[in-house]
Amino acid sequence: MAAGVAAWLPFARAAAIGWMPVANCPMPLAPTEKNKRQDELIILNVSGRRFQTWRTTLERYPDTLLGSTEKEFFFNEDTKEYFFDRDPEVFRCILNFYRTGKLHYPRYECISAYDEELAFYGILPEIIGDCCYEEYKDRKRENAERLMDDNDSENNQEGSMPSLSFRQTMWRAFENPHTSTLALVFYYVTGFFIAVSVITNVVETVPCGTVPGNKELPCGERYAVAFFCLDTACVMIFTVEYLLRLFAAPSRYRFIRSVMSIIDVVAIMPYYIGLVMTNNEDVSGAFVTLRVFRVFRIFKFSRHSQGLRILGYTLKSCASELGFLLFSLTMAIIIFATVMFYAEKGSSASKFTSIPASFWYTIVTMTTLGYGDMVPKTIAGKIFGSICSLSGVLVIALPVPVIVSNFSRIYHQNQRADKRRAQKKARLARIRVAKTGSSNAYLHSKRNGLLNEALELTGSTEDEQHTTKGTSLIESQHHHLLHCLEKTTGLSYLVDDPLLSVRTSTIKNHEFIDEQLFEQNCMESSMQNYPSSRSPSLSSHHGLTTSCCSRRNKKTTHLPNSSVPATRLRSMQELSTIHIQCSEQPSLTTSRSSLNMKSDDGLRPNCKAAQITTAIISIPTPPALTPEGESRPSPGSPGHSTNIPTTTTTNIVKVSAL
Amino acid sequence: ECPSGVVNEETFKEIYSQFFPQGDSTTYAHFLFNAFDTDHNGSVSFEDFIMGLSILLRGTVQEKLNWAFNLYDINKDGYITKEEMLDIMKAIYDMMGKCTYPVLKEDAPRQHVETFFQKMDKNKDGVVTIDEFIESCQKDENIMRSMQLFENVI
Repeated sequence: MAAGVAAWLPFARAAAIGWMPVANCPMPLAPTEKNKRQDELIILNVSGRRFQTWRTTLERYPDTLLGSTEKEFFFNEDTKEYFFDRDPEVFRCILNFYRTGKLHYPRYECISAYDEELAFYGILPEIIGDCCYEEYKDRKRENAERLMDDNDSENNQEGSMPSLSFRQTMWRAFENPHTSTLALVFYYVTGFFIAVSVITNVVETVPCGTVPGNKELPCGERYAVAFFCLDTACVMIFTVEYLLRLFAAPSRYRFIRSVMSIIDVVAIMPYYIGLVMTNNEDVSGAFVTLRVFRVFRIFKFSRHSQGLRILGYTLKSCASELGFLLFSLTMAIIIFATVMFYAEKGSSASKFTSIPASFWYTIVTMTTLGYGDMVPKTIAGKIFGSICSLSGVLVIALPVPVIVSNFSRIYHQNQRADKRRAQKKARLARIRVAKTGSSNAYLHSKRNGLLNEALELTGSTEDEQHTTKGTSLIESQHHHLLHCLEKTTGLSYLVDDPLLSVRTSTIKNHEFIDEQLFEQNCMESSMQNYPSSRSPSLSSHHGLTTSCCSRRNKKTTHLPNSSVPATRLRSMQELSTIHIQCSEQPSLTTSRSSLNMKSDDGLRPNCKAAQITTAIISIPTPPALTPEGESRPSPGSPGHSTNIPTTTTTNIVKVSAL
Repeated sequence: ECPSGVVNEETFKEIYSQFFPQGDSTTYAHFLFNAFDTDHNGSVSFEDFIMGLSILLRGTVQEKLNWAFNLYDINKDGYITKEEMLDIMKAIYDMMGKCTYPVLKEDAPRQHVETFFQKMDKNKDGVVTIDEFIESCQKDENIMRSMQLFENVI
């Protein structure tokens, strides 16, 4: 219920007086404002520093140490204060949390000390407000990394990790070469071979010496065998490494899709394809092209270099800026190439043969390269050429610093923002879960509030502690209002949980017995009326137990009893037992229900004595008319009330649950 | 909810329906609104509101019964007819909603009205006057007791 609307609750309750003349059952008692203590100051002595606050302030968060009764453990009888042997500085922040609802993290505090204090007071760190949350998480992350490094170094010195499987050890060795010497060796060996492979690729093409004949051969062809052996060795190492990584990867599918593995594959494929396709002159051209891909081996270095990885990542994340740069460049190029082409069209022997041919000139000019292989000769061409070079400076020089600063900004931000976003999402999800949990509990308790209210009502004669805990005064008043409406109409809200209703009904039955006796003892005059007026509530609650709207079609009926009040007691007791037994009387019930849904008429013949079915209208009529006073509005038997035989003295509750 | 200082019927219905989420309380809220709107100008001013509340909470039994009679008497002619009572009754039952136990019968309101009239209508002329109403209510213990239930609402 919205807080604003709660203000109107007293009005709605006052207006409920309008139902009173119409209602025929007595109303439930109103909830009083129990525990209306004056708010008291409590003193919290934290290592000598005394803090004072209202009790209700602390009770705002009942699931923490200070908000619950756990703090009673720290209560000092002599000084009438709560003594905590903890850090008073941090306690200041914690107490402010209770006061303002926001938990702040002071910068000067050590993160682990703060965490410990939070854990002691039962406060989740996720509640830290946005203002301090980033700082907190950063510090925590640093601390965690430091801890991890410490652990790693410890573990390295120990050198034993029996818990990890062989596969996991291998994967760990691959990812963090510092973990073991073997991994380090492997790391350096692969690095060396990558370098060797790249260098051989380069040196292959260097012309080294002449062969008898007049052609200069590149080294690759001169020492073909040597180079081939080197290449084979490198490729074998790479293949072995790739297969080992594939084996050790915790998620092979994900590993295969990762960029590094693609680079690995691309690096070693040309060799195998070359093996397969030797001696085939037609595709040797394509084969030669494939050799180009061998240069991708240099990207394998990115596993060894953090910087390369960062560069790749930032390029990826700045894709939009790069795209914009490219687009604006393209626009400028096209414009200027067109202009130059038409300007130079007139001159003879001009190199600007077509617009695409002018592209080259434009690019070279705009990037201030100026090779000079294409120069404009006409005056117009020269003018436009100079404009082109000036604007080139602008077009390129402007976005590039923006991109560069974007790089650094986006990179840092991405690193931090991603983490923060993920954590915030997790935090919000956690808080949301907590909220829905509590609102579900509210709905649940609201639904059960009616039952609980009945419990309250019947239990009020016994003990006050029977009342539900945790329902605020407004809630209990709201429930009372709903309960009054139920009483006015004689209907009752449905509770979906049959288990709950069964349990509570049996409790209620027993309590109704006591109360009934109590009432009977008190009010002799309306003795007959009173139980009859009680019974609808009883049966209505009892009815709750056995069916809901469209669920079950069983009926439970009472065995007829005599009219003596004592036997009514017995009948009430039987109520609880028979209710359990009702399921064991399928013949009785199913036959009835098989006759007709509205087989109340069929009930009559089965019940010898007079019965009173519960009714909406249970006016305490004079005893002579008691039977008619109550008729259950069972579907389809409108005239049921008149069907009741007139043995007025028998006030038996017949409960027909539909 | 009422920044203008008066409650119009829509707002009233909205607020009232928040307390009875399961049923449809608009009809009853309409009647209740008319009961509060003593000068029938379509809106409940603060004075009307306060007057109504003071009757309900601090009034004598007579005054409260008077107010209730006023609520039931839809056309304010001084008589409660069966039709008026039926409307009121249906409105009350509507507030309970569909999912009730026992399932609401079609003529349950009508029956309720019948019983009510049996009780209240002394001279059996088909209408209940204010005197009959007050007299019958005062004779009824339950009603008297229930009226006092809401004394301490505010």
